[in-house]
Formats: sequence, C-alpha cells, structure tokens
Amino acid sequence: MKYIAAIIFSVLLLVGHDANASSVDTYSFSKPEYQIRFQDMAKILRCPKCQNQNLADSNSIISQDLRRQLHRLIEEGRSDEQIIEYMVMRYGDYVLYKPKFDKVTYFLWLGPFGFAALGLLILIIVVVRQRRKRGQSSEIDINEQTLNVTEQAKLDKILKKSN
Amino acid sequence: MIPELGNFALIVGLAFAICLSVIPLVGVASNNLNLVRYARPLTFGAFFFTLLSYVLLTVSFINDDFSVLYIVKQSNTLLPLQYKMAAVFGGHEGSLVLWVLMLTTWAGALAVSSKQLDEAFVARVLSVLGMVIVGFMLFTLLTSNPFERLLPNFPSEGRDLNPLLQDIGLIVHPPMLYLGWSGFSVAFAFAIAALMTGRMDAAWARWTRPWTLAAWSFLTIGIALGSWWAYYELGWGGWWFWDPVENASFMPWIVGTALIHALSVTEQRGAFRNWTVLLAISAFSLSLLGTFLVRSGVINSVHSFASDPERGMFILMLLCIVIVGSLTLFAFRASALQGTSKFEFYSKETFILAGNIGLVTATATVLLGTLYPLLVDALGMGKISVGPPYYNAVFTPIIAGLVVLMGIAPVIRWKKNKSGTFRKELGLIALASIGFGLAFPLLYGGEFIGWVAVGMGLAFWLVTATLKNAKNNISNSDGRMDFSRPTQSYWGMVVAHMGMAVAIVGVTMVSYYETQLDVRMDVGSKVELSGYEFVFEGMKDVKGPNYSAKQGQFRVFEAGNEVAFLQPERRNYLVQTMGMTEAGIDSTITRDLFIALGDPLDNEAWAVRVYVKPFINLLWIAAALIAFGGFMCMTDRRYRAKKTATETQQIDSANTINV
Repeated sequence: MKYIAAIIFSVLLLVGHDANASSVDTYSFSKPEYQIRFQDMAKILRCPKCQNQNLADSNSIISQDLRRQLHRLIEEGRSDEQIIEYMVMRYGDYVLYKPKFDKVTYFLWLGPFGFAALGLLILIIVVVRQRRKRGQSSEIDINEQTLNVTEQAKLDKILKKSN
Repeated sequence: MIPELGNFALIVGLAFAICLSVIPLVGVASNNLNLVRYARPLTFGAFFFTLLSYVLLTVSFINDDFSVLYIVKQSNTLLPLQYKMAAVFGGHEGSLVLWVLMLTTWAGALAVSSKQLDEAFVARVLSVLGMVIVGFMLFTLLTSNPFERLLPNFPSEGRDLNPLLQDIGLIVHPPMLYLGWSGFSVAFAFAIAALMTGRMDAAWARWTRPWTLAAWSFLTIGIALGSWWAYYELGWGGWWFWDPVENASFMPWIVGTALIHALSVTEQRGAFRNWTVLLAISAFSLSLLGTFLVRSGVINSVHSFASDPERGMFILMLLCIVIVGSLTLFAFRASALQGTSKFEFYSKETFILAGNIGLVTATATVLLGTLYPLLVDALGMGKISVGPPYYNAVFTPIIAGLVVLMGIAPVIRWKKNKSGTFRKELGLIALASIGFGLAFPLLYGGEFIGWVAVGMGLAFWLVTATLKNAKNNISNSDGRMDFSRPTQSYWGMVVAHMGMAVAIVGVTMVSYYETQLDVRMDVGSKVELSGYEFVFEGMKDVKGPNYSAKQGQFRVFEAGNEVAFLQPERRNYLVQTMGMTEAGIDSTITRDLFIALGDPLDNEAWAVRVYVKPFINLLWIAAALIAFGGFMCMTDRRYRAKKTATETQQIDSANTINV
C-alpha cells in the first residue's frame, strides 16, 4: 500500500530499487532463537537511505550491509539493547522505528495519553452537564409534560367548544 | 487535437463549477427560485465536461499520443490495453483528474437523487460542492495539467508505467480510494450548508447519513484493496506499515467511522449536533491534509517522493481556506444549534459518545505520529523515525477499549437504561470472553501470549455480545423469531461489527503466529516451515507481453500430501529495465503459503523467502463485511422513503433498536 499510493501520487519512480538485489539473505544461525531475533530486529530498524522501509524489506546496498552487521552482532551474543545502541551510534536515531523516550520525543510518547485524558474530560463534562440539565428541568420531561393552570383552562375551553 | 479538447473540456467544467458555487447561493440569498434551480443543471454540466475530459485523456493514452508529457511518463506502446486505461490515474496529474471526476460524480448523484429534499438546502449543498470542485480543478489546471504537450519535438516511445503498478490492483484500488476520499466532501458540504442555514436537525442527519455511509464504505474497500495489493505485489509479505501515505488514507477513515456513529445519534435523538458537524469538517480536512502531506515537498525530506513546492503550497492554501472558513462559520453558528435531548449516564448516547472520543483520540495519535518527525526536523532537533512499533504500542490499547464499548453500545438503551439490566445481560459474556482469551493462546500455540489473549478475548466478546443483542431483537414477545423486526440498518451494524471481530482475529493471528524463513534452496532441496514442506523443483523461463521472467517451481506438501504448487517470479521489465518480484501465493481461509524469490546463487540455487501466514485472508473478508454492512445501512428503507422535512423532524423516540 505504501509504495502503491506513493507512486500513484508521485510522478517519479521509486529510487533505490536495484534491479539485481533482493532483501532475502541466506544467513545461518547457531541458535534458532537468533534467527527469530534477527527477523524481529530487522523489522524495527530503518534503512537509513531508502524510502520508508525497514531492513527486512529493503534491498538497498546499505540495508544488506546493515543486515550483515546485525547478523554478526547477534551471533556475537549481543543483546537487543546493545545492538540498538550500536546502530544509533553509527546511523543516528533515524534508524529506530520505535523512537527512544527522551526530551525530543516527550510529546510523541505522552501525547496519546494527553488526548485520552482530554477525551475523558470532555466525556465527563458532557455527561455531568446532561445531568444538571435534567436537574434544572426537574420532573418536566418532553414526553410527560404537565400543563400549567392557564394552559389547562385554554384546553378545557377548546374541548368545550368542540363538544 | 484530442488532448486540446480534453484540456478545453476541463476548463469548461471549471466554468460550470464556478457558476455552481455562486449562482445558487445568490438565488438563495435573494429568494430567487429561478437561480436556485440552476444548481442541478450546473452540476450536471460540471460532471459531463469532467467526464468528457477524462475520457479524452484515456483516448490519448490508448492512441499512444506521446506528444503529451504525462503519457510519455506513464505509458508505452507495449503496455497492455487495460493498463493503458488504468495508467491514466497512475501518476499525479491524472489521479487529480480522476479525483475531480469522482467529486463531480458525487455531486451529480446527489443532484439526481435529492428531488424529495428541500430545494434551497440542496442548492446550498451543491454550491459548496461546487466550491470544492473549483479548488481541485484549479489545482489540476494550474499546477498539474495532464494535457501538457511536448511540441514540436516529442519522443516516439513512452517511458512505460512503473512495473509495480502493472497489476489489477491499479485498476481497482485508486478508484475506490478516491471515491471514498472525495465522498467525504458530500458530508462536508451538508455540514456547511447546515451551518449556513442553522438547520442541523434530525432531517439533516437523515439526509447526510447515507452519503457518508457510502463514502465510508468505498474508503473501506479502497484501503483494504491497497493493503491486499501491497501484500501480494511487493514481495515482502507486509500488509500495513503505518507509512505516512497509508496514514493519510486511514485518518479520514477513522474520523469517518466516528462521523457515521455520531450521525446515527443526531438522526435518532437529535443530540451531538455540533460534534457531528465538527466531525464532518474534520473528515474532509484530513482528506485534504493527506493530499498535502503526500503531494507537497514536506514529506519529501523523509521520502523520495516527487517534490513540488508549488503544488504543496496550493493544497496548503486550499486546506487553510477549508479549515479556517468552516471553523469560522462553525464558531458563529454552533451555539445556535444546541440540541434539546437529554440522556442519563447509562444510555446509548453516552457509550456512542465515548466511542467517538476514542476514535478521535486514535486519529489524533496517528496524526501526531505522522507529523512528529516533520516537526522535529523543522525545529532542527534531529531526525527521528516513527514506525510500526510506535503505532502498535499506542494504537492497540485504544482499539481494545473501543471494542469493549462496541459490545455494550448496541445492547444499552437510548436515553436511559436501568443500570443493572445490561450488566446482567453482558456479565456472563464478559466472563466467557476473558476465559476464552486466556485459554486461546495456550491451546493454539502452546504458549501464553498476552496480546493474543487480549485480541481473541475481544473478538469473542464482540461476536457474542452482538449476536446476543441480535437474538433479543428478533425474538417476538411470544418467543418466535422474526428477522424483519429490526431495521435493515440494524443488520448492517451487526454485519459491520462482525467484520470488525473478524479483522481482530485476522490481525492477531497473522501478527503472532506467522512464520518466516529466508533460506538458500538448491534444485530438488526442501525446507520445512510450520508443518509444511516446500520442495524446489527448479526454474523456468517465461515471457510476458512486456517483460521476461524466471519462474520458480515449488511443490508444497502437508503430511505427505501435495497441497499447493507455487510459481513465484523474478521479472525484468524491458522498457524500465527494472527487476520485480512476483510472489507465489496459495490461499485458503486458514492460511496463506507465500514464496518470494531472492537472488540467484551459485549452482542454480536461489535465495528464497518462505512465509506461512495463518488467517491472513480474514483481513480481506473483514473489510468486505465492514463495507457491506455500511452499504446495508445506507440502503435502509427510511433513507429511500420520500419524507418531507416536517415529518422527519419528529424524532422517533420509540424506535430503540435502530442504529
């Protein structure tokens, strides 16, 4: 979807598609869980040079290189945190699809909570106001309105006339 | 000659649109019925000439008229006919013409089918639509004219359509998406007309609702088709990436979802009027914002889209006019439109409002994630990326909360529900859902996964609560079933909510139980994945109309029986000399087997990516159900019946099971 919509909107074609490269590697792993970690990590790291693509899907030269490094680091027994630190040191925060929580991304991470809190506040205000509205009009409801004395007199008059 | 005629037709269409956006409004203001009645013919005129222009552009494509710059960039003599016709909207300029065509189609459809509505009101709505059409036509003609010629020296051959786009997906996905996007302009026009007149009653909601449902349903189909297309065409097996371009189409959809629910409250209870109008304005503004994000140079800093600051500025201007103009109007008029209805805490109103707020929170979150990297970059605070891990972390809890509400809202009554009754009705279901959720990952995968438990529990909750409610609604007092008792739009709601449950199951299963293998395969070798055995039998050379390909031959066995024969391809397109991966996929309802070819290795061996994706097809089925539910609501009898404004103003408060 992302490319398709992108291309439909854009005149230029994709850049960075090398005709003879692919994103499929044939690394072997000494432990099965290393392979799963490799796949997971390749999905949350961004190709630094391409369009919006992760390492797992990108077939650019730099992504192949990064996957090779990723494979090496995993085989060396580094933890996910160490690998992320390594990648950020070399390629910047840009490679992380899950931004770190720091002063730059403060609002990014807390924003959704803020929205939710604001929404809850609005909901409470609306419901409370509804209740107050009910309180003011006390017993008088649209469906069960009672007539006051003059109205009742008018109605009696009309009814009498029609009789 | 033909391109000039096309260009001219578009200009004539613009003239009609300009008249449409002025004359009926003058008529309404001066009480001149003759001028008011111009609205319909002017709409038809704008539609006809846009259609003519579009057809002439298509004809130029079919004739391989390479004196036209846009056709040189998009087409080639070797391109198969159906792709030549689809290539019309394969690039920016043509997609705008398609957009305008869709807009005028909506306006034309409204003009045809609104005979029973108030004349002056329809004239206002069509006028507002006329303004939107003028905006987009000016954008097309001034910044992105597809009829621009390359005279006198033009090439004898075109550069061909991007191979990624040469697919059935291009033929069906953009029209659906644009139909949905541009359809929200109808809801927007209704909202603006309502603000102009100060009339936002139940009748207004009843007129708006089928149009909004139609747009929303088309957008649902459009998004799902895009996701499906990306899944099988791009070769990496993904179906959603939270890319800014995807978000641009998703945000109007979420707000549109909030809008159709708010409209149901306005229609049946007369409540939330201002809120509904705000949602209608937001849905359309988000469509424009999406266009701006994609078209302007803004997103270019992150992606390699075509940069054109002029185009970006134009859409930004359009966006500002729409937002500032409509919000100003709203500020002056909103207070006059206070609703009169009342409701208690335990009422359908409260729960639909809560759901609405949840949906808007979700939209705000997606918007924040989409704009944040641009903002950080603009402020010189560095470059960051916001991708799937962020969205999954913040979006999933919101959706989970919404699904809980989806189970309760249909059960609970309008206005006032005895606080105990719905608890009694749903308590057992809630317990069963928790039990089901907790047990599912243990029984299916043998290992407890928290989000799987949440997902499956919620899906179970949504299905059972909805069905229980449906059963209550079809049971007569004497205990017999009567399926015609609830309205058709009620059944539409049931179908759409079921679709949502199906989507949750699909997303949960494919996200947590998908397996993947990147592996070297020699001819005759086999690999095993999730109980399936994939045997590589070698490569074959095949030839397409404008490409040549290497085609892999894979047989798949399950417990010794052959279950599938997959033929993934590596294509080379002759004109663009571009490599393309065409995945081999075998689909059943419970799983997809997916093979994509990597690079050739030594000794005839190939690098191969193999996926087993459980229940991924539920995603497309879910989208179909959701869209179908939308169409069911839209075609409910009460929207077809000829009703005068006074009749519809009376709110049918006895009708508690309508959606």
